[in-house]
Amino acid sequence: MIDLTTQFVGLKLKNQMVVSASPLTESVDHLRRLVEAGVAAAVRPSLFEEQLTLESEALDQDLARGTDEFPEAITYFPDLLTYNTGPAGYLELIQRAKRSVAIPVIASLNGSTSGGWIRYAKEMQQAGADAIELNLYAVETDQGRSGQEVEEGFCELVRLVKSSVHVPVIVKLSPFFSAIPHMARRLDRVKADGLVLFNRFYQPDFDIETFEVVPRLQLSQPQELLLRLHWTAIIHGHVKASLAITGGVHSAEDVLKSIMAGADVAMMTSALLENGVGHATRVLEELSHWMEEHEYESVRQMLGSMSHRAVPNPGALERGNYMRVLSSYTLRPRTWRS
Amino acid sequence: MTQKMVILDGNEAAASVAYRLSEVIAIYPITPSSPMGEFADQWMVEGQKNIWGAVPQVVEMQSEGGAAGALHGAVQTGSLGTTFTASQGLLLMIPNMYKIAGELTPAVIHVAARTVATHALSIFGDHSDAMATRQTGFALLASNSVQEAIDLAFVAHASTLESRIPFLHFFDGFRTSHEVNKVFPLSDDDLRAMVDAACVRQHRERALSPDRPVLRGSAQNPDVFFQAREAINPFYRACPAIVQDVMDRFAKQTGRSYHLFDYFGAPDAERVVVLMGSGVGAAEEAVELLAARGEKVGLLKVRLFRPFACDAFLGVLPRTAKSIAVLDRTKEPGSIGEPLYEDVITALAEAGRGAKVIGGRYGLSSKEFTPAMVKAALDELKKNQPQNHFTVGINDDVTHTSLEYDPSFSTESPKTVRALFYGLGSDGTVGANKNSIKIIGQDTPNYAQGYFVYDSKKAGSVTVSHLRFGPEPIRSSYLIDRANFVGCHQYPFLERMDMLSRAETGATFLLNAPFGPDEVWDHVPKKVQQQIIDKKLRFFVIDGYSVAKDTGMGRRINTIMQTCFFAISGILPRDEAIAAIKHAIEQTYGKRGEAVLQRNYAAVDQTLAHLHEVKVPAKATAQFDVLPPVSDRAPEFVRNVLGKIVAGEGDELPVSAMPKDGTFPTGTAQWEKRNIALEIPVWDEVLCIQCGKCVMVCPHAVIRAKVYDGALLANAPATFKSAKPRWRELESLKYTLQVAPEDCTGCALCVEICPAKSKSEVKHKAINMVAQAPLREPESKNWEFFLGLPELSRERLSLSQVKDVQLLDPLFEFSGACAGCGETPYIKLLTQLFGDRLLIANATGCSSIYGGNLPTTPYTANGQGRGPAWSNSLFEDNAEFGMGMRLAVNHQAEYARFLVERLSNQLGDQLAHGLLTADQTKESGVAAQRERVAELKRKLAGMKTSEARDLLAVADMLVRKSVWVIGGDGWAYDIGFGGLDHVLGSGANVNLLVLDTEVYSNTGGQMSKATPRGAVAKFATGGKQNSKKDLAMEAISYGSVYVARVAMGGGDMHTLKAFREAEAHNGPSLIVAYSHCIAHGYDMVYGMNQQKSAVLSGYWPLIRYNPALRAEGKNPFQLDSRAPSMALKQYAYQEARYTMLVRSNPGAAAELLREAQDDVDRQWYVYSNRAAMPGRAKREEGAAEAQPQPVVKTGAGEGDAE
Repeated sequence: MIDLTTQFVGLKLKNQMVVSASPLTESVDHLRRLVEAGVAAAVRPSLFEEQLTLESEALDQDLARGTDEFPEAITYFPDLLTYNTGPAGYLELIQRAKRSVAIPVIASLNGSTSGGWIRYAKEMQQAGADAIELNLYAVETDQGRSGQEVEEGFCELVRLVKSSVHVPVIVKLSPFFSAIPHMARRLDRVKADGLVLFNRFYQPDFDIETFEVVPRLQLSQPQELLLRLHWTAIIHGHVKASLAITGGVHSAEDVLKSIMAGADVAMMTSALLENGVGHATRVLEELSHWMEEHEYESVRQMLGSMSHRAVPNPGALERGNYMRVLSSYTLRPRTWRS
Repeated sequence: MTQKMVILDGNEAAASVAYRLSEVIAIYPITPSSPMGEFADQWMVEGQKNIWGAVPQVVEMQSEGGAAGALHGAVQTGSLGTTFTASQGLLLMIPNMYKIAGELTPAVIHVAARTVATHALSIFGDHSDAMATRQTGFALLASNSVQEAIDLAFVAHASTLESRIPFLHFFDGFRTSHEVNKVFPLSDDDLRAMVDAACVRQHRERALSPDRPVLRGSAQNPDVFFQAREAINPFYRACPAIVQDVMDRFAKQTGRSYHLFDYFGAPDAERVVVLMGSGVGAAEEAVELLAARGEKVGLLKVRLFRPFACDAFLGVLPRTAKSIAVLDRTKEPGSIGEPLYEDVITALAEAGRGAKVIGGRYGLSSKEFTPAMVKAALDELKKNQPQNHFTVGINDDVTHTSLEYDPSFSTESPKTVRALFYGLGSDGTVGANKNSIKIIGQDTPNYAQGYFVYDSKKAGSVTVSHLRFGPEPIRSSYLIDRANFVGCHQYPFLERMDMLSRAETGATFLLNAPFGPDEVWDHVPKKVQQQIIDKKLRFFVIDGYSVAKDTGMGRRINTIMQTCFFAISGILPRDEAIAAIKHAIEQTYGKRGEAVLQRNYAAVDQTLAHLHEVKVPAKATAQFDVLPPVSDRAPEFVRNVLGKIVAGEGDELPVSAMPKDGTFPTGTAQWEKRNIALEIPVWDEVLCIQCGKCVMVCPHAVIRAKVYDGALLANAPATFKSAKPRWRELESLKYTLQVAPEDCTGCALCVEICPAKSKSEVKHKAINMVAQAPLREPESKNWEFFLGLPELSRERLSLSQVKDVQLLDPLFEFSGACAGCGETPYIKLLTQLFGDRLLIANATGCSSIYGGNLPTTPYTANGQGRGPAWSNSLFEDNAEFGMGMRLAVNHQAEYARFLVERLSNQLGDQLAHGLLTADQTKESGVAAQRERVAELKRKLAGMKTSEARDLLAVADMLVRKSVWVIGGDGWAYDIGFGGLDHVLGSGANVNLLVLDTEVYSNTGGQMSKATPRGAVAKFATGGKQNSKKDLAMEAISYGSVYVARVAMGGGDMHTLKAFREAEAHNGPSLIVAYSHCIAHGYDMVYGMNQQKSAVLSGYWPLIRYNPALRAEGKNPFQLDSRAPSMALKQYAYQEARYTMLVRSNPGAAAELLREAQDDVDRQWYVYSNRAAMPGRAKREEGAAEAQPQPVVKTGAGEGDAE
């Protein structure tokens, strides 16, 4: 029997397959089906503090619009008992998920104020989240703010959240740091329990007929995995934090690559959305099959086996890799290395 | 046991009792009673129970007639039932009221008594509706205050059970229904202790039941009907004693004592006033003060008006009373006197009691009724020949009925704090004041009262809040005239209204203005400065809007101004006040989320640092003064009458100033320059493609286009813009798009629809919103100049093009509709196309309010003096009303033709022939006929015969007229559906325009049968469970009716086409027009986008059914929009009416959305199949292939909002 078990931020997982934040992890029904399909843990969609604020303000505007302007129509809507404006709905779903499935449930949080990050992290912990993923998603548009300041802000935030909760804290990173290994180390120092590589940013599109900026959300493509493999391979072994890859994990092969790069878990969403929840079962079967075929007993054997530290020519993971792609038609590695 | 006092208005007060003592509640919205139904519906959805532990069933019906029918059925079948209504609504219940009473069935109708429409509609309070039910056999019980609305609501429910006589419990609309006051509620235990359970059981035993069958409602013949009718007498005889017994038990339980008639005043009074309703409060104050001065005066309050208990009346009337003034809040033209007066006379006469009795009318349509007027009535009684059948409160200079009164007579207690607040509806002033009343009323031992006065505009409307606080119960049922505190929450009001005339000497004046304490004085108009000095006012200023901006409050300054009020007035210690305000904020906004709470708290915290007392100089030095209400150039009637109303001085207008029959001139809205837009659109003549979409969608007709001779620009103001017209044959002329800066509401619908974007900066369009203030003066000059430019001849235009229609003069302008209204663009288009020969029958509702509410009205005339003739009959009969217009037009046209034929020799055969055979299907044909009619009139003027004079009177009818019946979905889908259906089936050439907002908009958003599945509305608190009625398909089923379903934002060309085809169709036409509405819950700037989404999602397919196509062998059913290209959710979830349910009950919302999407799919399937059917000619050719093909015609909607 192949041993697929792994440890991620101190959580014992039955395999490497984690479902990342998506509509799939939104409902308890879906979660149950995912568990049946074999996934080892699930990240709930992010609670966006900004969204709560926006929704609260929008609701206020909706209810206030036109009121007290005209004697026949002092209001336009009935006064409902509740509008579920706070995080209560989110927290309740964590509770329900915990009651319904046996796998670890990771809550995800995107805050906008330091008070908000701490408050909601605590509430998530209280609701039973096994870990909290901090989704450090911010579109920095302030010209006066340097990269260093942004990084310091992130680290301070992680420190604050870490000191407020006892469950593991995972940081989901963006790929747009000048020095990703250094950033990883800084987060390691403030005791982030795990790093997730990488966030996929919302990238609005232009409609050139209407001249409008339009939201566009695309599912991840397998080729996006390469960026993740690259940086995971470089970071692996240099930080205490667990590592996870998210974005571009579509097949068993992708999971294997992720593990070999040094990720403790591989997070999948797009492939499940495209192919259905049953895809997870197939991936796990293929994973076992491959390992069997290649005579692996456990995934631990291959964890980081192709990381920067473990490959014979780490240059392939450095700048040289780029050159190689360009010139591999004519140059063999040994040739240009010498 | 009684409970802690609470703050309630009269509607909630009555509903709180009615709900708990009922099992079946049939409701229908009508102002001012709608909130009673809304509360009942909401409590049902919340699962609140009646005193027997069950949740009452609350059901909305299609009309008040329907509600009364349902009530009748429910009480006949053994349930305890109630309903709520007012005015015409109550009148619609009358037939059932006779039945319910004749069958001795316990039932209660709670009425927020309101004026019945006569020469005009009025939503305000008097007793004309309740009085119209005197003959029905219902008992009539009057509550005189908010407390009584609770207490007597109970008395009504208990008494009906015990007496078997149904009760109408009424209290004054607005004055009591909407007055907020501190009152004792009745607990469930109170109610249970007092309701006689045996009577409930007996009621059940009398119920219709197949287990003990009876027949009720027989038809009777002359032999027995009379006797049977008299058989009921013992019950009416017993009723007053039963009511008194209930009142006595009530007094024992609660300590509040009531009698059928209550006397108040000097025990040995010689002069007594008799009245009922809220006026009792003012009367009590007057009598108390006069009696304290030693005058022998008294007040007799009537509570049980029917059955009129003479003994009880005489029992409380002091034996010493020598003269009596009976005051009625209703008018019964042609009677000897009004109802209460006549009853009092009869009661005295029957008992042989001698006293001089005079009757008078007061307070019609919530006209102010003050202690001074009561004094005037009592003073009148001192005279040897007191005036009978008087009026009080107005100046009747026509029939001289009015009593003089001394406005300086005041009974206000010095212990009562009186505060006035002038705000905009949108700034939150009213909400904040309601909170203040709760704070003071519930957190302190003080009593509190609030009453709110709104103007009749829906956009930029002014609110005046009247608040009283004090240690004694507040019974002052009239507006505050001497305020200790005046808050002006909007700086521009200083120029527009005289608010300090109501300030007492030494009062406090708080102004929200964008000026500091040192600079504000120079920005106060001279007259106001003088008032501040003369009255020695303490003057405070705050820049509320900058605090609001800094704290994220936007345009809502409610909590800021509220904090100022507490800080200055000292009603509570500052810290306590702030804590209380924050507590109230949490109560009010808690459900809306943390962010909103925090924002409001921040506003409270930052207010005090910005509040400053102004050092008042000794002299008025301002360089400017208050503005005249309307332009000096306005016609005399507008200046002298409407202008007074605009200025808030309508109460001063004498009877002689008013039209006798409700007829008003049109074209008056142009004179009321409201300047409510902070930003207005500005034209970029270089970018503009002259498509005309902005002109078409402008709800207020403030963007207009003209093409004219460039030579006219010689006299143009310096900033007047023009461009080369983009019409091939008009290129030698000039084109201008002009905005009316002072009439714009700033809705920005025009900017949103504008398709022309700058190539280098896409946010810049061909029109852009820019701050109004700096543009006001130059653009006003430009607007004046623009209006003076000539119109392009209609014959040069292609009226099937939106681009050309922009050049037509709108004859509907500057209405008081909501900013961004979705209805008015359709009406405006209608007037552009057919306005000069248009008759409009308008159902009551939004369109009749913004179309016909004083002071100024939007329908206007063109340069030739022609324009829409407009009238409103009722809510329920509009289609019939319009059909009557059509019949009249047809008949007069026929008669005119008949006379033309008769007089053809004298008129000349050519003219007569031309008149009789004119083809008026095109604009040119109409113009030619007008010329013929003009010639006819010239000729007739010289003829003396009676026939010639008769023809002159009807000659204009020879020009084709267009009759349009306009109303909302409440009318068309619900209350007026029977009539609408009948008119559709009549074949009459009437055009019906349904402005479908999918909800009763005017009364505040109650569900209609047009409300879509899944939308939250009042009366559909849990989301509408059923699908929307397809009115278009119902009309199509006739086969002979022209039907279109349009959405201007989803297809403006389609809309235009439908209007023209409907008008051309010689038979009934129905246009169902999607109208975005403030009740849909989103910023209306996106209204047209939502219309487009409604079409793209398939929710609102564009269709036309043109019977004329049948003659051509074609399928008359045309589907003009493409197959759905977006999910319903994508459209619907842009609107709070849907998303509120997602927030409150996500599970139910998801299920309803699924069903609603299925509705859309199903509808599309039916429509597309129907559209794909071949025409009959084709079918006959090849019967075998006549199977419908589910092929969707595409490519219609050409030139539409793409």
